[in-house]
This record gives sequence, structure tokens and C-alpha cells, in this order.
Amino acid sequence: MNKVKWKNICEDKDKRPEVQAYKNWKELPPIPISLPIDGSIGTTGDWRTFRPVINNETCTKCGICWMYCPEGVIKKNSEGFFEVNFIFCKGCGVCAKECPSKSIEMVRESDVKDG
Amino acid sequence: MVEAQKDFIQERETKIIKGNEAAAYGARSARVQVISAYPITPQTTVVEKLSEFVDNGEMPGTQYIKVESEHSVMASIIGASVAGTRTFTATSGQGLFYMYEMVHWAAGCRLPIVTTIASRGPAPPWNIWADFTDVVSCRDTGWMISFASNHQEIYDDILMSYKICEDYDILLPKFVAYGGFILSHTSKPVILEQQDKVDKFLPPLPDEKGWPHIFLDPERPMMHGNLIMPSGFYNEFRLKIHHTMVLAKQKIKEVALEFEKSFGRSYGNGMIQEYKIDDSDIAILNYGELAMQMEQAVDELREEGYKVGCVKLRYLRPFPVEDIINIAKKVKVLGVADRATAFGSPTGGPVSSEVCASLYNSGLSTRILPIIAGLGGREVSLDQQKNQLKVLVNLNETGELPEDMIENTYWDGLLEVD
Repeated sequence: MNKVKWKNICEDKDKRPEVQAYKNWKELPPIPISLPIDGSIGTTGDWRTFRPVINNETCTKCGICWMYCPEGVIKKNSEGFFEVNFIFCKGCGVCAKECPSKSIEMVRESDVKDG
Repeated sequence: MVEAQKDFIQERETKIIKGNEAAAYGARSARVQVISAYPITPQTTVVEKLSEFVDNGEMPGTQYIKVESEHSVMASIIGASVAGTRTFTATSGQGLFYMYEMVHWAAGCRLPIVTTIASRGPAPPWNIWADFTDVVSCRDTGWMISFASNHQEIYDDILMSYKICEDYDILLPKFVAYGGFILSHTSKPVILEQQDKVDKFLPPLPDEKGWPHIFLDPERPMMHGNLIMPSGFYNEFRLKIHHTMVLAKQKIKEVALEFEKSFGRSYGNGMIQEYKIDDSDIAILNYGELAMQMEQAVDELREEGYKVGCVKLRYLRPFPVEDIINIAKKVKVLGVADRATAFGSPTGGPVSSEVCASLYNSGLSTRILPIIAGLGGREVSLDQQKNQLKVLVNLNETGELPEDMIENTYWDGLLEVD
């Protein structure tokens, strides 16, 4: 077993390497694993047809969109409002469906101004 | 978790117990931390005995999980093992088949789970008696498979198994199989070793650490069992399991030697156990309980003047290719008796096919006679085993094969009703 590379993973999460690159089977660890890092399967924002647009005038900052987002791409900003990371947001619409104050609208990508 | 209790201390003692109880005592001595249980004949009394131990406070800190099926047994055991615990369960026949999906999963995750199998014939026709076809059906799952031939060996092999499986260079699960009812429900004296000595041979797992390759820890999140695309390292991870199995043979031999030094009981070289082979032209290979009785048959035939010997196969996976070649170098005729079937395989018996494959390309001309006997718990008497040896002697002297040859395999003891 390749103890050197595996040591990094076994230590705390901040010391993890972003990419485990192996050359051949002899170098491989016993099993394949995935580490939770941003975009480990690519920029899934490309999949989006509709994008969630948050209306901060009606938003109550309840955080339900943040909690329900299956991809973890909604983050709280310094004012307490929520922002979506469009590099990874797939446009699934769960946040808009769950928003109790109906502050999130799903807008067709081609209709979005300012890209 | 159970609250910290006073440690239960086992002194060295000889107890007359059933084979299934020997398995339960083995798990207790190994200080298993999580047991998942679902009953199935003839295994049931293993997990029943363990539940007694847990209830009596004889296994402090051990979690005993009752689930609704064998599939859930292995699924829960996998979860517990990922969390870094020493895990144990037992099953048989149809229960093992129901567990089968998770059996592959445990090996693919490289988890050192030990499971005892009180082997029984697969149904239909419905059967609950000794037949190793159940465990042999897991031949290609990536689990190591060993056979215990007596009550003491069941207890001992569980201790050895954890030591082998938990080695960081191995990390594979293992089945310990023994014949249902013939060993599981009969009583024999078994030496239970002193807990201190067992702990020295097989140290309890440290509390916090977990395995090096897989863990369940919110501070170090990981995902395992993930998808690998065809262009990824799938082939290579499968090769690693095979390669590890091949390497495990050495570890198995080392552990058997260490066991012998610690407790004074020898299991040959760990992979096989030879009996009076060196001056014999004739030998027969058995596994499980029939291997023990065969030693008696050899002794009695030697009194009649026949130079015969026998071999006990301890491991089906990994398979002791080199040891089989060494035996084939010593003898002219080697019988291989299976108490299991491999339908449509070259010989009809799983181990005889393996032996033939092992000798291919070895350049040896040793005559192999595949034998199948004792399926579904059918008695294979001492006289019948002596007759098997005589069949081999006759084959060596005259080249004549017995009746009841089906293609190239001798089906011994087929019923003929008038």
C-alpha cells in the first residue's frame, strides 16, 4: 500500500491533496474514494436550463434555500442574504420550490440579462 | 454502546462444547466489537450463544444488532467495519445466498470482516446438512475462504483469521466454513485459551483509529463505493484484490506458525496439512471434517500394508497452488474428494477443478482422480473412505478406474435401490 499519499488523507481534512494521481495499479490504495472538494465531477453549472434568482426585497433570510440545496452551492453573504454559486448550480429548482416567502424565481437562462 | 463493565476474564480451560459454540467462544476470545445476527439453520446457535454472552456481560462493550435478513446482516456489518471495529457474524446456505450482494461489497471495500459458515446443501431439494457448495459459491467474491475440520480448529481459525484479515497489507474479509450438524451440533472437547494470551496474539483494536483506507469520521469526510468509468482504474482495483490474495498466502503461513508458537497447536503450514505423504505413492485430499476422518482411514490402510497418505486443504481462497504442486511431485496418484458441487465444471467438483488447474503447466504427470461424496450431509463412513483409498491404489497399480465414473469424476456412494 502506498502509505505516503494515504497519510495525507488520514490526517485532518485541511491537509488533503486535491487530486490523487496514480500512475499504475501498484501505486493504488486498497479502494477508490472521493474526497468532498468543490466540483469533483466538473463544473455542473453547465447543466442549468433555469437559474434561481433571489429577490432580496422579500427574502426573510430564513436559510431554507441554503438548507435544501442538494449541491451545497448556496452561501450566506456578509449582509445575511443568500447567494448562489452559478459555476456549480444545476438549476434543479429545489430552492425556489421550498422558499416560504416565494422570493426565488426560476428564470430561463436565455432570458437572464447580464449573463 | 454498553456502559463500561468489568472486563470478563477467560482462563485457559477445556470445555466440551458444540462446533457452533466453539465459533461463539472464538468470537468472544477475539473481542469482536459488533455482531449482527439473523438466524438460519444450522448456524443459529452461534449467534444465540453470542447473545447469551452479551446478555451475561461476558462481552463488555460489544454491540449486538438484530436485523431482519441476512442481506441487512452484512450491510450493517459493513457499516460497523467501515467505522473501524472488529466485526463478526455467522450464516449458512440460503442465508449466505441472500447475503450475496453485500458479500461482494465487503470485499470490494477491503473490510476485514470474519464470518463463520456452518455449511449446508443449497436448496432445492431442501437440505440443511453438511455440503460446502454454499461457501464455495462465494469463491470469486474476494473473500478468503478456509475450512475447519474439527471443533478446536473452528475456535483457533477465528483467532487466526482476524490476525490475517486485519493486516494492513491484506485487508480482506474471510469465511471460516465447517460442516453443518456434523461439526456444528456435535460436542467435543475444545481448549479455550486464556484471554491475556489471546490478547497478546490478537491485540484488541485501538479505540479511535479505524482502518487506514476507509473510515467513518465527520472530521475527515470521504465517500467510498463510488463509480469508476470504464477508462478509470476499475481493472486495476480488481487486480489489487487478486494480488493481495496471492500475497496473503505468505501471511497465512506466518500467522499459523505464530499461532503454533503461542498456543502449541499446529495446522500444517497454514494452507495445507499433510499426513503421512512423504513415503506414499497414493494420497487423497479432503477438506472440512472428512479430512480428519481420512487420517484414521490412512492409518488403518497402512496397517493393512498400503503406503497411502492424505492432505487436509485448509484454504480454498487463496488457493495453495505451490503446495499442491509439491504434493503432486511426491505422489503418483492424487485423489481429490469434494463435498461440494461445481455443476458443469471440468470435474464437477470445485476443489478438484482447482487442483487440476494448479498442476496445468507444472509438467507433472501425476494422475488426479476427482471424487465427489457426502453431498447434503450424506454420511461418508470410514469404510467408504478406506475404499476410496483402495480405488486410488488400484488405479496406480492397474490403471483401472472405478465404476460410477461420470466423465472423469468418481461419484462415490451413489444410491442403488433394488
